[in-house]
Amino acid sequence: MSNIATDTMISLSPSGSQKFMQRTVPLIIFAVILAVIPVFGPSRTMYSLLNAMGVNIVFAMSYNMLLGRAGLLSFGHAVYFGLGGYAAVHAMGAIEAASYGDGGFWAGYPVFFLPFIGFAGGALAGAVIGWPSCRRAGTPFAMISLGVAELISAAGFMFGSIFGGEEGISGDRMNGPEMFGLSLGPINEVYWFIAFWTFIGVLGIYAFTRTPLGKMSEATRDNPERAEFVGYDPQKVRYLVFIFAGGFAGLAGGMSAVNYEIFTPEALSLAPSGMVLLMAYIGGIRYFAGPILGAILLTYMQSMMSDYSEAWLLYLGLLFIVIVMFAPGGLAGIFGGLFRGLRGDNPAASLRQWAVQITGIVLMMISLVTLIEMSVNWSNNYGEVFEPFGMHLPHDGVLTWAVIFIPFVAGVGILRKALKNKEGQA
Amino acid sequence: MSVPALSINNLHKSFGPAHIIRGVTLDIEPGERHAIIGPNGAGKSTLFNLISGGYHPSSGSIKLRGEEIGGMKPFKINRKGLSRSFQVSNIFSNMTVRENVRCGVLYSMGYGYGFWRNVGNLHDVQRKTAEILESVDLLDKAQLPAALLPYADQRTLEIAITIAGGADVIMLDEPTAGMSHSETERAVALIKQATEGKTLLIVEHDMGVVFNMADRISVLVYGEIIATDKPMAIRGNEKVREAYLGDEADAIEGDAA
Repeated sequence: MSNIATDTMISLSPSGSQKFMQRTVPLIIFAVILAVIPVFGPSRTMYSLLNAMGVNIVFAMSYNMLLGRAGLLSFGHAVYFGLGGYAAVHAMGAIEAASYGDGGFWAGYPVFFLPFIGFAGGALAGAVIGWPSCRRAGTPFAMISLGVAELISAAGFMFGSIFGGEEGISGDRMNGPEMFGLSLGPINEVYWFIAFWTFIGVLGIYAFTRTPLGKMSEATRDNPERAEFVGYDPQKVRYLVFIFAGGFAGLAGGMSAVNYEIFTPEALSLAPSGMVLLMAYIGGIRYFAGPILGAILLTYMQSMMSDYSEAWLLYLGLLFIVIVMFAPGGLAGIFGGLFRGLRGDNPAASLRQWAVQITGIVLMMISLVTLIEMSVNWSNNYGEVFEPFGMHLPHDGVLTWAVIFIPFVAGVGILRKALKNKEGQA
Repeated sequence: MSVPALSINNLHKSFGPAHIIRGVTLDIEPGERHAIIGPNGAGKSTLFNLISGGYHPSSGSIKLRGEEIGGMKPFKINRKGLSRSFQVSNIFSNMTVRENVRCGVLYSMGYGYGFWRNVGNLHDVQRKTAEILESVDLLDKAQLPAALLPYADQRTLEIAITIAGGADVIMLDEPTAGMSHSETERAVALIKQATEGKTLLIVEHDMGVVFNMADRISVLVYGEIIATDKPMAIRGNEKVREAYLGDEADAIEGDAA
């Protein structure tokens, strides 16, 4: 019996090479990508975009510890990001004061390791706030998180010495001992700092999913009643996970504190809390790497699309609605489906299917973008007109409405047909 | 005489004006297989929930090996060595079969809420998981997502999770409900084997299963136990026949015949 069981145990758990391929290789690829980016000599703008992405990747991953892994919908995750970030900014101030003053503990603390302070700050905030709010899951949890977010963001404008009022608290990252020869002055050195902590953050969150607590967090999400009857207190599982999620959000806050050298109360408010939800969901909450994709895409949209169009928030909202309705697996789910299709029995057919769907989506996008841009220009009353590719599209032009209606009808038609085909095959 | 595995004394439960459990007294010996039967609405599920911690007793006591457990939280009762299954399949549906059983094993092996260990490296947990899967004959389906299992296998998995923690008092709530005849036979054999040497408390509608498995049977009617006895004696009991009208009475007599 024990022999058979030992053999089967070996065959049950993934083999060493499987583990390596599925777990270690993706992490190595991630590290290599982070390390190789500077070789291409990114511009300053690109560096600041990359740094923002790094912060948001860790932030979105920490959020998904709650939403994806524990099934807890939080509307106030920026609270832990912000409180961790404030802790780091204050520590940065202490380092500055100590290195010009009489030394002490902070004089010897490298700015490079401020994300630790952020983690501690976020985890502490999670431990205090999570105590009452993790008693219930589901809607009560979501409501309490919203209330807490409102409370803390209001407090952000009240306690001046902690949050610095509207100007926030600023610091100087070029103090204290240097680590790895990085002065953290120029932005490309900050990149190495961000890349290091992005990797540590992702690695830490991944390691957490492999622990007994991480597994039971998924079990509690699926079936809290059953979790109770295998010896676990669902409240305690949620509470512990909440502390860790707060800690990793605080880590991202610490990264942000060093990157921007300032923290303002806006960082605690509902807007970033909503943004991190969008990042995680659009990226795909059921996939470990989903929030990474979401963070990259949304950070890009946030900083780049706002240059092209003042209506970019509308596009973000549209994207979110489309994902919720048609691709609940998010970007990761879409890529996963594409990958499975290509490796399936009939890659040509699935490729064709994808081409048709993308054509339909692009047509609908042409129509919607035209509608939105035309409307925005018209309602601004500056006399400006939407003029893509040399076309002149005023609100009362026939061509404008043709560009809105024809692709829309064609796109809907194509997508409906594609959907029918899919059902026919299934 | 040894301490009963489970001892219920004058247990009452009311929901507002509805008096569901009206003074149940029952001792179950260690190693005994005990079945609770009764017409619909007799309070069998309520009694189960009271014992396993789902409900708070209104009055009376429930003792597990002499220790009072009435009103304790389910996870505390579970840690004391009492485990239960559910009438509807109650599994971790987004996990694989193996992960499901592993969740049942973790706490009992002392890994609790650990966040400093990699579950992949817990060889004792892997071994125990494999043993449990083997004992319920689910090894070949170990890597399947639990939600994709056929119904009968989900019920089996439910039992596997229930016994995984090594509890010595096992409560099964209608383990064969909704199963075909052959599936039921398999399930009964499996339950007998998997709960060997343990105390078993079972609620079941299938009289064949009850009379086949139980050492003793209690009949619950309107929140009271009207008879507790060996299967043969229950068949001949006049009060039990009165309580069961129509088809179910035929079923009891049919089995007796």
